[in-house]
Order: sequence, then C-alpha cells, then structure tokens
Amino acid sequence: MAEPLFTSEEEQKKFDAGIAEIISHYPPDRKSAGMLPALRLLQEIKGWLPPEGLRLVAKHLEVTPERAMEVASFYVMYHLKKPGKYVIDVCTNLSCSLWGAEKMLAYLEEKLGLKAGEANEKFTLRETECLASCGTAPCLQINEDHHESLTQAKLDAILAKLS
Amino acid sequence: MASTAKAIEPIISAAWGKPQSWTLDSYRKRGGYEALKKALQMEPAAIIDEVKKSNLRGRGGAGFPTGLKWSFVPKDSPKPKYLAVNGDESEPGTFKDRYILEDDPHMMLEGIAIAAYALGVHTCYVYLRGEFKFPAERTQAAIDEAYKAGIFGKKVLGKDYELNCYLVRGAGAYICGEETALLESLEGKKGWPRLKPPFPAVVGLFGCPTVVNNVETLASVPAIFQQGADAYAKLGTDKSGGTRLVCLSGTVNRPGVYEVSMFTTLAELIYDDKYGRGMPAGRKVKAVIPGGSSAPVLGADELDVAMEFEALKVKQTMAGSGGVIVMDDATCMVRSLWRVARFYAEESCGQCTPCREGTPWQTRLLRKIEEGRGEPGDIDMLSNVASSIAPYPPIGLGNTICALGDAAALPTHSFLMRFRDEFEAHIREHRCPFGDKPWGSFGDWS
Repeated sequence: MAEPLFTSEEEQKKFDAGIAEIISHYPPDRKSAGMLPALRLLQEIKGWLPPEGLRLVAKHLEVTPERAMEVASFYVMYHLKKPGKYVIDVCTNLSCSLWGAEKMLAYLEEKLGLKAGEANEKFTLRETECLASCGTAPCLQINEDHHESLTQAKLDAILAKLS
Repeated sequence: MASTAKAIEPIISAAWGKPQSWTLDSYRKRGGYEALKKALQMEPAAIIDEVKKSNLRGRGGAGFPTGLKWSFVPKDSPKPKYLAVNGDESEPGTFKDRYILEDDPHMMLEGIAIAAYALGVHTCYVYLRGEFKFPAERTQAAIDEAYKAGIFGKKVLGKDYELNCYLVRGAGAYICGEETALLESLEGKKGWPRLKPPFPAVVGLFGCPTVVNNVETLASVPAIFQQGADAYAKLGTDKSGGTRLVCLSGTVNRPGVYEVSMFTTLAELIYDDKYGRGMPAGRKVKAVIPGGSSAPVLGADELDVAMEFEALKVKQTMAGSGGVIVMDDATCMVRSLWRVARFYAEESCGQCTPCREGTPWQTRLLRKIEEGRGEPGDIDMLSNVASSIAPYPPIGLGNTICALGDAAALPTHSFLMRFRDEFEAHIREHRCPFGDKPWGSFGDWS
C-alpha cells in the first residue's frame, strides 16, 4: 500500500482545520474558490503538492483533480516536484539587474554548484520575476523570506546560516 | 541639485518607519478610523459623491476615477456585491503597496470599510501576491485587530452593518494584477483575463457586482473624509486629486518610495535632495521608464514632466503604477529591453495567440541582437512582432483580451523609437557595444 499522505496526526489536524477555515470564507456553493489557499495549505504541510494531495484538495472543494492540477501548474509558487530544502528565488528583472543581479546569480550558481532552474536535496535555485524590492536591489527570497540590498558579504552570511 | 521641489504634507506615508506604525493603537492615535465614523453617518450615495469630488484616481495603473468606478455598481441588484483589493503588486519597478501593507495596513482597512459601506458590500477579499509573506502577516494581524475592535464583523463601529474581510494570497502570477484575472484567481482558477464588457462592476466575482481597487487607492480614501473632498482635490491637478506614491529605482543615488505632489516632475524626483539625489559622479541619465516596465520609455531630454496621468499621456507614455526606473549612460538599451521582454514572455497567461506567441518571439530576437548574431531586417521584424501584439500608436486595446499584450508591446515600440541607433550598432558591429558590462557597474556587484 502507498504511504499515507499525512504522516502524523498533527499534519492531518492542521489540514482539516485549515480546509474548514478556508471554505468558511466563501459562499456555500463556491467552495472551489478556496483552491489557491487550499493548495498553499497543502504545500505548507508537505513542502510540495504530491498527486494524492491534489486529489484530496479537489475532493474537499468538490471539483475534479484535473481542476486542482490546472491551477497548481499555472502558478509558479506551487511545487509539483519536491524542491530542495531551501528554495532560492533570485530576481533578475530590470531594476535588480541595474544593481548587479546577473552577477549575483552567477555567484550563487558557482557557490551552490547549481544552474538556475536546477535543484539538489538542499537547494532549489531559480531565476524569478520582480519581487517588488526594486528600491532595495538586488534581492532574493529564500523559502518566501525576503532578503534585500544584498552585497556579497551579506549573501555569504545568509547562506552560512542555512544548515 | 538642492531641494527645490515643492514640499508636501505626506498623507499615505506619514507614519512609515515610526515605531509600531502598523498597529491599531498607533493608527488610532493619529486619528485613524475617525473618517470611517464620519462616513457611517452619511448616506452611501453621498460618500460616493465625495469620492468623485475628490478627483481620486486609481493608483494601480490605469488611473480610472475611483468615485466613477464605484458609481457603476448597480444599486438595485438582488445579488451580493463584493470588494476585491488588488495587492498583486508585480509590475517591475513598483514596490509602494508593499510599504502600505507593512507599515500602515489600517489606513487601507479603513478605506475598505468606507468603500464597502458606500457600495453595500458585506464581503471584501484582499488579494496579495503570493510572494508577499511579510506584508501578508502584517495585514492579517491588522485584520484580526480590526475584528477584535468591532471594525469588521457583525457590526461596523457599532452600526448595524455586517462586514467581513478575508486575506487571500496569490501564488506567483503577474497576470493576476489584471482585474478580471484577479477575480478568476479569487474564484480558485488559473488567472485568465475575461473579455470586457461586462465590467466587474456589473458582473464580477461569482457573477456578482464587484469593485476592484488598488491598495494605495483605498489607503487614500480616509484622507478624503478627514480633510474634506475639496481640500483633497486641491492638493492635485484639475483631474487628479491628492498626493501619490512613486517608486524610484535603477541607477540613482537614493532609490525608494516617495510621496509626491501631482506637480512633481521626473527630473525633480531623480535629482532633488528630498528624493533620488541624482546620479553617481560622472554618470548621466540615458533613459527613464516613468510608470512601471510597461510604460513607454523616455529619453534624458524628456524629464521635465509632472508624474501625473494627464501630463505623461501628453508625452505618449503613462503614469501607470508609479514605478520610475532610471537607466544611466552605461546601460545597454538592447539588454534592458531584452530583460523587460523576457518578463512579459514569462508572465503571458497563454490565452491569446498574439501575446502567447509574440512575447517569446520578441525575446528571441532581442537575445539574438544582444548576443551579436543580429541580421539586417531583425529590427523591422521586432517592430512587426510588437505591432502584431499591439499596434503603435495605440488605438484602444491591442489584439489581445487584456492589457498585458499592450504592456509587452509598448516597451518595444518606445525603445525602438528612441534608441534605434543602439539596436543598429549591435547588428553592425556583430556584438554588444557595451561588451561584458551591459549594466554599467552599480552597487556592490560591479
């Protein structure tokens, strides 16, 4: 038998309570509106969106699993494959590039031994679009935490803390 | 240049950076929620009239008059009505709403409550871009405080009017800042824009009348009721009231978000001591994008223009979302446009053929030219591809359902119009004339 989706009672409880809260925000005949928050909840618990999780979310929101997959594959923040422990999203849009973002990305690629778009157990390195930190460029996010006005020294210090 | 720009009394940014500015306590001490009290004693129609009189225009990009938008909501609809707050701030060069959400979220919440009461809305959804983790935490904490204080919930400040407010985070899609894509996303779908008409005011969320307003727009509403609509209107021009936030980024000494008057010019923003403090020694401005990366680029000799909707329209560009990106004379225009084009190719939702196929095509051509492989005819081809997405000069919307097509084509048209010689030099010399330093050298990574 396949492994269960939730590996602890705590995970199951968090999901059940979260889904109930999400559904309560919408009209009773519009449960499916909760798709984005529900997928976020699942990803918060599991670290990614496993296929059986998509089916479970679809069941709760009373839509087909294909609908869940359609949404999950449209938005870039959902992980359809298990990512590295730390997902690093580097903005290389115009304002950041004017402050050296391309060089910062190249530095990270060399330091982590990964090309943008690649992943290993510890890191997923991605080039991303504007993160709304243009006045504090260059910037990146690590697991959705914002880091701004980055210098090489600052970046090294941040990376050193990631175990 | 010393400070000569006309000083203004900040409205939206007044408390930013002050201790605990994001809390209800701090907001109330500054007179917060007094405007809501006033509004609750007015007739809803009179509230909408006040907002019309204030000349407040939408701060999300299109600059549509807010009061007028509110007046499009049918009064006699048997369906519920909704308010959707657009906090999907993703237009490159734009980072102002983030500061409101982080530093003074109650100002927006008060605007929400006033708008909801005026419109007969009982449910509001605040849609923030997925990447806004910290802004979402601050905003959710403020919503929770507002519920506890009896501002949201079964009654609004004691008045028998139910108002619920929910925060929803997106999941990484620029297109969801387009109002109908935002509604699709709020309905739990992929962000594919809808054909208009019908407009959201009539058929919006769940098929019901819906107003979609930007974060800064709603944060501007309380001031209208504190100062009075006439006083608020007088701060601005005949057609655009109040103050506005602009976001300054790129090659300037002091990037940041500044609250300015509608009369402040681009040159003042870049050079004035109160704002950007000019360029580093030896550098000159080459190009400025005045309203987020979709806005047509201006040259260095075009900066004596107020950062206001009508004035920038005269220059055939737009005030947009207030994102001002400065590029100095060491910046390669082909490289810059290539980077902007890549953004639109990445963010095209794929619904309309001209945009889905045209945006990657632009990107491929620009890469080819930047990498020195450009051939005669490539520039005309690039111009052609852009015209197929949205012709220039614009005649209403381009060939796509939503404005992302226009947003992707306008930069190409305007860069080619103003900097064609740089594109030609790349092709003639079979290389980027800036060599391996297309971005000049700025900041720590030079």
